[in-house]
Amino acid sequence: MSQHEIALSVNGRAYRGTVPARLTLADFLREHLRLTGTHTGCEHGVCGACSILFDGKPMRSCLIFAVQADGATITTVEGLAPDPAALSVLQDCFWEMHALQCGFCTPGMLIAAQALLDRNRAPSDEEIREAIGGNLCRCTGYKQIIDAIKLAASRLQGANAPAGSITGANNG
Amino acid sequence: MKAAEFEYARPGTVEEACRLLDGAAGDGKIIAGGQTLVPLLVMRLTRPSLVVDINRIAALQGIAASEAGIAIKAATRQADVLADAVIQHRLPLLAKGLRLVGHPQTRNRGTIGGSLANADPAAEICLIARTLDAEITARSSQATRRIAMRDFCAGAMTTALAAEECLTEVRFPLWRDASRIGTGFNEMSVRQSDFALVAAACQLVLDHDGVCRRIALGIGGAEASPVRAAAAEKRLTGTRLEAGDIDKAMGELQATLSPLSDVHASADYRRRVAGALAARAIAEARDEAKAAA
Repeated sequence: MSQHEIALSVNGRAYRGTVPARLTLADFLREHLRLTGTHTGCEHGVCGACSILFDGKPMRSCLIFAVQADGATITTVEGLAPDPAALSVLQDCFWEMHALQCGFCTPGMLIAAQALLDRNRAPSDEEIREAIGGNLCRCTGYKQIIDAIKLAASRLQGANAPAGSITGANNG
Repeated sequence: MKAAEFEYARPGTVEEACRLLDGAAGDGKIIAGGQTLVPLLVMRLTRPSLVVDINRIAALQGIAASEAGIAIKAATRQADVLADAVIQHRLPLLAKGLRLVGHPQTRNRGTIGGSLANADPAAEICLIARTLDAEITARSSQATRRIAMRDFCAGAMTTALAAEECLTEVRFPLWRDASRIGTGFNEMSVRQSDFALVAAACQLVLDHDGVCRRIALGIGGAEASPVRAAAAEKRLTGTRLEAGDIDKAMGELQATLSPLSDVHASADYRRRVAGALAARAIAEARDEAKAAA
């Protein structure tokens, strides 16, 4: 079995590792880096719980092998908050609108929603549904999640923060 | 679910990728976006000894438009094709279908060539390529060959590609009467963006009197590979595509279709839905062409 050296950036920190070819990026994040916020649900690209930002775009980390992420810039759910003691605007809105119950899908939902808000500050309901369409939630019925994303959009529009800092993310 | 062990290689050129496939003696697999292959690997439905990653081959990226057609390189991401102004303007049927391919997360990673090379019966990209008579380019260390879409899909998840060939490009011919063109795409799935139970794609040309001069109608998801509704196309050419014309043609379409039957839908259901979706796709294309007049 081939082993491969990789170097990548995760949540603004540089990491190096040696990985077997068959190790998924999701398992690398969870087991090698101990970033267990990224959840593995179905492990074959259906549920969306393992969503991460790969070079700024939302993707499923269970459908990418860690060796393929060599040189990539990754943001996981741990990278959304400005510091360990605070929540991002979006996370705060999820809490406020009761957009989670068991919380299993939440990391993927937050990543999908953050990716939407990063490029569209005033999404329509349909655009929100499209953005989280690849993420399954068995608790909420989705309504509160959509409400939370709308609330976050309205707060981010009013935030008047300099470009780049508006999400409160520490992903550079 | 974890993949079985495999060797991994990341070549920088197509030539190197083909050499690696030769070395694997039929047991190598190409990975591009991995949105179809990785599920097959982790479920161990396929167990190659070597996985060849073509993501960083620059020659397999990009879209090139000419008078004759639009060539899309194999490893171009579906999201990039969907966002491309040339595709939206000159290949609107592909743009319509791409919106229904997976989800934003899978389109950001999944590629045009990967969808074609895996040939899922429900794949929208295969259906549109078949409907528009696209042509595949495949390279091996021995030769480069072109394969017409009608000869490319050889059943569910099966294509005319040999194990040592790399799909490098798909070329969509452009129709001349572009100003009078209309397109329609329609599919039925359990949830939005889930696999299509049946999908219908249509592109047509109207003359100044509203008479259909040319029409291409394809059905995906119904049979193991996308099919062209040749009899319906023939019947509709020369008509004004009024409701009665479409109804008659749909009867013909349904009579010639041999749909799959599985846990998701019976053959009868697929046959009925194919007629309804195709009728809607034709009407959408007709109305679009009229509006363009």
